[in-house]
Amino acid sequence: MQTTWAYISNYSIYSAMAVFALSFLAHAFETAWAVRSPELADSASGNTLNRTFDYTRTERAARIATAMMVLAFLLLFVGVVARGLSNGHVPWGNMYEFSITGALAFTGAYLVALRKHDLRWLGLFISIAALLTLGTAVTLLYRDSAPLVPALKSTWLVIHVIAAIISGGVFLLSNVIAGAFLYLDSMERRGGRKPWAKRLPELETLDQLSYRLVAFVFPLWTFSVIAGAIWAESAWGRYWGWDPKETWAFITWVAYAAYLHARVTIGWRGRRAAWLCLFAGSTFLFNYVYVNVWGTGKHTYSGL
Amino acid sequence: MSSQVEVPELGAGGLARFAWRQLTSMRTALILLMLLGVAAIPGSLVPQRSQNPMAVRQYFIDNPQSARWIDRFSGFEVYSSPWFSAIYILLFISLIGCVLPRSIEHFKAMRALPPATPKNLSRMEFFSSFDGNKANFDKGAAWLKRKRFRIRHENGAISAEKGYLRETGNLLFHLSLILILVGISVGSLFGMRGEAIVNEGERFISVPTSYDTLSFGKLVNEDVIDPFIIEVEDFQADYDPVTAAPRDYTAKVRVTNPGEESSEEKILKVNSPLTFGNTRVYLQANGYAPIVTVRDTAGYVVFQGPVTFLPQDGFLKSIGSIKVPDARPQLGFVASFLPTYSRSAVDGGISLFPEALDPRLLFSIWEGDLGLDTGIPQSVYRIDTSEMSRIALSSLKPGETFNFSAGSITFESFVPWINLQIVNDPGKAYALYGAIAAILGLLASLFGRRRRIWIRITPSGVVEVAGLAKNGAPGLEEELALLTAHMRDEK
Repeated sequence: MQTTWAYISNYSIYSAMAVFALSFLAHAFETAWAVRSPELADSASGNTLNRTFDYTRTERAARIATAMMVLAFLLLFVGVVARGLSNGHVPWGNMYEFSITGALAFTGAYLVALRKHDLRWLGLFISIAALLTLGTAVTLLYRDSAPLVPALKSTWLVIHVIAAIISGGVFLLSNVIAGAFLYLDSMERRGGRKPWAKRLPELETLDQLSYRLVAFVFPLWTFSVIAGAIWAESAWGRYWGWDPKETWAFITWVAYAAYLHARVTIGWRGRRAAWLCLFAGSTFLFNYVYVNVWGTGKHTYSGL
Repeated sequence: MSSQVEVPELGAGGLARFAWRQLTSMRTALILLMLLGVAAIPGSLVPQRSQNPMAVRQYFIDNPQSARWIDRFSGFEVYSSPWFSAIYILLFISLIGCVLPRSIEHFKAMRALPPATPKNLSRMEFFSSFDGNKANFDKGAAWLKRKRFRIRHENGAISAEKGYLRETGNLLFHLSLILILVGISVGSLFGMRGEAIVNEGERFISVPTSYDTLSFGKLVNEDVIDPFIIEVEDFQADYDPVTAAPRDYTAKVRVTNPGEESSEEKILKVNSPLTFGNTRVYLQANGYAPIVTVRDTAGYVVFQGPVTFLPQDGFLKSIGSIKVPDARPQLGFVASFLPTYSRSAVDGGISLFPEALDPRLLFSIWEGDLGLDTGIPQSVYRIDTSEMSRIALSSLKPGETFNFSAGSITFESFVPWINLQIVNDPGKAYALYGAIAAILGLLASLFGRRRRIWIRITPSGVVEVAGLAKNGAPGLEEELALLTAHMRDEK
């Protein structure tokens, strides 16, 4: 029975990847269609760059892309749950499992945000990011379903890791938005947005959104670090030991704390804030990749 | 030619005030915060004595030149180094200097009335007005009161403010960080930490001499050790048959509390330590201790007992040494214990599984001077064979005996051992309370919305409503719309 669940999980994740790929193509088509609009090519006026577009033509592609994203999310959800059923514990016991759950949280955060804001322009990045994460997971990080090592057998595994995964997903989303801000900002400085970029939100909106995501998830990240400390106290006999993963979690915390202070107290906005946000996010990524793969210390389990 | 530049006299007091103002400025605090993050990095790249002293020793052997320089800057103990301490102490002084005055100010503001209603409300955000009467105005006042706004009543106007929780949370968060730091300091000044290896079937009596390693906080001594007794009755390790990864460790122990006669059975597991007051006992590691008997040529026992071996890999291939200083000449056995024996062409004897399915003791026998009398401390797991010569090489199954020129060795059996970590941290409760308060404060400060609302009724019967959101707090427009609708709704 456990093997069956493991197979179901693997097939669901492969299917989810295929659907993410379709979603990516649909998003790409949507964007490309806007750029190569025949109206633009035929326009004789010369100042084509300033024309506004009628996006009703790409509406269908956008809807298909979002539908695909939802479908991929559901498949991935099945894959993650089946993985949990196959090994009898929550599916975040090793790096493969962190990755698939992380991709699920990341896509989930996007879909939830999509209900309130029109973020479909982000779909292109989200689908390719999810696809790359899952691709890396199934090719490089895959490990057969296995039971947990004794140190991980704790309720805190569920609490600490889910908080860390959700925080990570939202931090990355905020980073994507900060990256988009910087890109569009430099585009505007060089003389205005290109046609395809015109439908993207105002710089002000991106700046605010990126900040709000961080402000929203910073307490959760704090909680994740504290939950980890409580767990470490009962598993390793100390609540803080400057283990590499702990150290980098602390660095990420400090970097985001600095970001929030810079915005709220000193009033940083725009480019400087976006760069600081990207820096803070990169410490999180570094922690995830470097400490898990090449690092030593107490957070390296079961191969990866 | 010398020129005298006229400098305004600052004086010692002025200089101190200037330094204090610089230190407690937001910019300095922010720089210190970033600096703290950057200063934490080297400790994750260079091995640290507190976590992995073996790796530090290896680093000194591999790169003696750079190791000396790293050591000169406390690179192997970054988190207790003077420069790291300097950063966080400055940061916390800056924090206190920033937060305490603000707390007092906030306390005063909470007891004061909101500021008076501005003359010209139409300049404010979300201004609206309608023709109404005193009844509309009173309804608005009641609404604000019900929503627990702080209200200043004026002649024909109301100034209301809400969301002080934001600043309260902000201050609570920063004060809690100080509490966490206090907890950490108390732990390191008054705490105690030690380790002991205990074989299955043996007793551990918590007195200073029973510990393998023991360290104390700066302000305490051996008196903090709780004199409890732990007898390890049984230890079971459960491994996954396919991956050989451990699934569960269970130690059945008999515990006697300090000063008590009676004892009780307890289960000790990796995530569930034993607790004696402030002291907790953790199950940290496990391994095997082969039991051997060494006899001389006349058949007299010169050594007998379990010898703790150190695990080397996930399959519990363990190494150790049996030192027999009472033999003449002295004998040493450089040995390895393989719980599930197999041979590989490259590594020789290896273990295939951590459970003792086919145990084997491999050893080489050395004769000569063990060097125990030189006064230089030795590892119990290794033998310095520089003054010895090898006389034999063999392997034994449990129960077997090997005879050699100077006597015989019998591999009687083996027992598992567990490594107990004993920690007394009197500061951790403060750190935990600090952490909980920090989260609550953070939530309040990030999600609290501070805003002001004004209502005024002019003599001509125009009701004006306006608001002001601090820090761009969202949702004020909706709130004002609700208020206005409520005021106009005549029932």
